[in-house]
Amino acid sequence: MSEIQNTTNHADLAEVFNNDEARVDWHDETLWWIRSKRDVAVNKISNWEVLRETASQIKHNVLSNLNNYLQQFEGNAIANGIIVHWAADATEHNQIVLSILRKHSIGQMVKSKSMLTEECHLNDFLEENGINVIDSDLGERIVQLAKEMPSHIVLPCIHKKKEEIGELFHQHLGTPAGNADPQFLTETARQHLRDTFLTRRAALTGVNFAIAETGEFVVCTNEGNADMGAHLADVHIASMGIEKIIPERKHLGVFLRLLTRSATGQPITTYSSHFKRPNKGKEMHIIIVDNGRSIQLGREDFRNSLKCIRCGACMNTCPVYRRSGGHSYHNAISGPIGSILAPNLDMEKYADLPFASTLCGSCTNVCPVKIDIHQQLYKWRQVIVKNGYVPAAKTASMKIMDWTLSSPTAYHTAGKAGRLVLEYAPFMVNNKLNPWYKHRDMPEPPKESFGEWYKKNRK
Amino acid sequence: MTSREKILSAVKTNQPELATLPDVDFLLQEDIDVPEKFIASLTTIGGQVIMVEDHDAIKAFIAENFKHPSRKITTVSELGDIAEYVEDNSANPHSLENVDYAIIEADLAVAENGAIWVSEDKIRTRVLPFITQHLAVIVRREDIVPTMHQAYNKIGSNDYGFATFIAGPSKTADIEQSLVLGAHGARSMTVFLMS
Repeated sequence: MSEIQNTTNHADLAEVFNNDEARVDWHDETLWWIRSKRDVAVNKISNWEVLRETASQIKHNVLSNLNNYLQQFEGNAIANGIIVHWAADATEHNQIVLSILRKHSIGQMVKSKSMLTEECHLNDFLEENGINVIDSDLGERIVQLAKEMPSHIVLPCIHKKKEEIGELFHQHLGTPAGNADPQFLTETARQHLRDTFLTRRAALTGVNFAIAETGEFVVCTNEGNADMGAHLADVHIASMGIEKIIPERKHLGVFLRLLTRSATGQPITTYSSHFKRPNKGKEMHIIIVDNGRSIQLGREDFRNSLKCIRCGACMNTCPVYRRSGGHSYHNAISGPIGSILAPNLDMEKYADLPFASTLCGSCTNVCPVKIDIHQQLYKWRQVIVKNGYVPAAKTASMKIMDWTLSSPTAYHTAGKAGRLVLEYAPFMVNNKLNPWYKHRDMPEPPKESFGEWYKKNRK
Repeated sequence: MTSREKILSAVKTNQPELATLPDVDFLLQEDIDVPEKFIASLTTIGGQVIMVEDHDAIKAFIAENFKHPSRKITTVSELGDIAEYVEDNSANPHSLENVDYAIIEADLAVAENGAIWVSEDKIRTRVLPFITQHLAVIVRREDIVPTMHQAYNKIGSNDYGFATFIAGPSKTADIEQSLVLGAHGARSMTVFLMS
């Protein structure tokens, strides 16, 4: 067991998740239900496809002019009184956050959802440096109490049963044992975090969109936690990846219409807050982070992945994600989009992820900014193989396959052998050593191959 | 080289050839039956719409429905006799901790999603619509636009330090996808739709 937990391989981690079949079914159905809600919402918008195409083109323009837009955004943000920082990588981002907190002698911070800070492992870094961080999004707070990573970018604790959450609250927040009522648990978190919001002098939020034209940024939440944190604190830090830029304010109309309909089927988040200037006597910081994004921008086949607006639709629809769970991707961003972003950061460590897909293309079909996700997964496989990051077993079997398919004699012999094995010795394949056989039955073998049938029957 | 220079130079080297920015103004043409759609949208996401003729009707509704003594705040001068009137943004945000009911006025509202738009001058203290237990918003019928495109068209290049769309009460479904109203922001949202 410990050996499996120590490996960071999608297939092994998915196997751990699949030990509990009932939970897999529940996870699968829950996410498919969200995907269905997305469909209902999308079908109410008559020009949905036009919106997707427009959003994709706006993002294409952004990527093609990012150098100028970033400088335009920076200039306007500074003119608005915001302090702008640039971080080349995760380490620099974390150092900047720490230095801002140290400057103000702040030892406690409240944070709303930011996948970028997950990517940078900010919480661990701050804790190591004696800063207490409390995540204020309910789902994030739950995984923080459980000492886990979010398993989904929009629904951080979608893998958890309410009974497990009730137990966590019992241990950490003193709720009665055995109470797993979502209403009660949410109210408990509200009371507990209200005190946090009122006592923290620093708040960190993510950024959904940053507007080059005005230097403002937009943060979307349903809970209101980003606003509660930011407006009650003396210092507001907002962390954003360089790809969050959009050119003009009016483009928000396109993206805000797409974001939540794609994510959960809501028409819009409860709060879409536009931060342009710090409040009187307060400080507002923006940290613009690269962390590998400029490299991805240079990879022609993969740069479209930077269009992502983090709605999670590709995860909800993915047959592999739904049945393997977000943690099997061993990366801050899981699912299909995570699998094309992660190899850019570390090709060796994440070599398994582009293979964690059936290439069915459902992700591409639901993506609100039309990223060709499944095609990029396919292309990553080729890059990974070319760079020699494929597991030895896969390389060996591919070589045998290559030899078999390129020699007619070997092909016919192999076909015949396969039919004989299935007929007389099915245990040769129906065993635990063959991973493909797990949860599957082998088909009845045909009596003869098509080639043999054709030889007999042609007139 | 600073990180800023490093990032900007890497981006410049790696960004693709300039692609044109598409026009989005054609999206303004979308037509929706406005007030009816707004009511339906807001009701679906857990908000409540009360039709009123004037401020007196709002006062009557509040007197009828919020009888218990509680702290009420308003940024609408006409309601100054039934709630504490906040004139400017000088209030300490922490002093609003115990507000039960806040009544504000929207700049505009959006039919397709039930959202209302308020900029800082309409809420005075940024935290007010979030920290209050219950939120009430006055929306004028003529200020409802069909979609987000018309909303941004109307907002144009208005200047504000902070502004937000608010669509219904604060909510979460993080525990097994069970929808719970009243996460960290207001527990309820009432719109007084004024003709």
